[in-house]
Amino acid sequence: MTLKLRDLTLLDDGFESGHGLCAGCSESVIVRQVLLALANEPVVALATGCLEVSSTRFPDTAWKVPLIHSAFENAATSASGIEAAYKALIRKGRMADRPMTFVVFGGDGATYDIGFQWLSGALERGHKFMYICLNNEGYMNTGIQRSGATMLGAWTTTTPAGDLVPGKPQWRKDMTGIVAAHGIPYVAQAAVHHWKDLMTKVRKAEAAEGPSFLNVFAPCDRGWRYEPEDTMAVSRLAVETALWPLYEIVDGEYKLNGPRHKSKPITDYLASQGRFRHLMRDREPGVIEDIQANVDREWARLRARCGLEPEVVKEAPVAASAD
Amino acid sequence: MTQPGTESWRDVPAGGTVLLPGSTERNLTGSWRTKLPVIDFDACTHCMICWVMCPDSCFKTAEGTLQSVDLDHCKGCGICATECPVKCIEMVPEERD
Repeated sequence: MTLKLRDLTLLDDGFESGHGLCAGCSESVIVRQVLLALANEPVVALATGCLEVSSTRFPDTAWKVPLIHSAFENAATSASGIEAAYKALIRKGRMADRPMTFVVFGGDGATYDIGFQWLSGALERGHKFMYICLNNEGYMNTGIQRSGATMLGAWTTTTPAGDLVPGKPQWRKDMTGIVAAHGIPYVAQAAVHHWKDLMTKVRKAEAAEGPSFLNVFAPCDRGWRYEPEDTMAVSRLAVETALWPLYEIVDGEYKLNGPRHKSKPITDYLASQGRFRHLMRDREPGVIEDIQANVDREWARLRARCGLEPEVVKEAPVAASAD
Repeated sequence: MTQPGTESWRDVPAGGTVLLPGSTERNLTGSWRTKLPVIDFDACTHCMICWVMCPDSCFKTAEGTLQSVDLDHCKGCGICATECPVKCIEMVPEERD
């Protein structure tokens, strides 16, 4: 089935308005796109995070699909249980055999840090479920604390930028690579602005025989300090600067879905957000070069894994350390 | 629909189950708004980019055409105006009594 927006508008939206997410939040956009793309009936497990506390404030819910409210760490485990119960009920003839999809939405805090071993266990056991990480690079729900996904140099309330510390001192985890190392059938990185790519990946993940994982870039206007209307623009910049390449790993085979060439230096991305303002003021000139070097290293490794030739850099974007 | 806060504790379902799917619709988040999207329907191509990128599901459609904006829930983020390919959505300051 092809993806056309006009056809999709005819479908029922599984996520209602009136939720408490901030104006300009990308999470509800991702949730709507995921629910619209699914072919089967979904059952959703939510990990604690912005999405959970904003969409399920008792006695209300924004969801029009079956949903289980989990704790911070155990959403993948909830989905494992739902999947096991589904198979058992069908086997015992207590439920009609109809196709269902089990979806987990977790933030980067729930995925990279707190729910990591639970997710790893569920992937290892091979439950057929789809894990979607809404990656907004921090614990935004509790007030913008750093997480394993926050990038180098970013201001957060636990890595404040000042004279001694230039924002977060560490780079970030390659969570997509870590999940891929579990050898599951489908792993992908997507971004909120590229709806067609995201929805195509959701369909592939749903069709995969086993667990699937989508790491979706979800800009946060409140925590990243930019104007709400720029959410999609910031997401686009992350892809164009190769900070967040769009790719998928199908049965261990890497494939690049987004642009094959880096078209912008990382400074364009850094300048779009207030959380990097201290870097742009040149108080810590070495950090920008460090960020660019990390991006270049990951980009070169990804291109090599996708079987592409090393990128010929026409002009050194910021630092000459790229080679 | 039962208004929140008017139920007795005896009415709360076991386990805190929520039995009203999509009930956040009664939260009128449009009151958060400081800017209001105004669509120029003469220029609109009904591409539905605003519809897919709206965080609050505010663009109402019928048979594949854009009909209106749900101002009861629109938070006025302005993503639609920024992303509209033909720039037919303008954000104008909200005026309330």
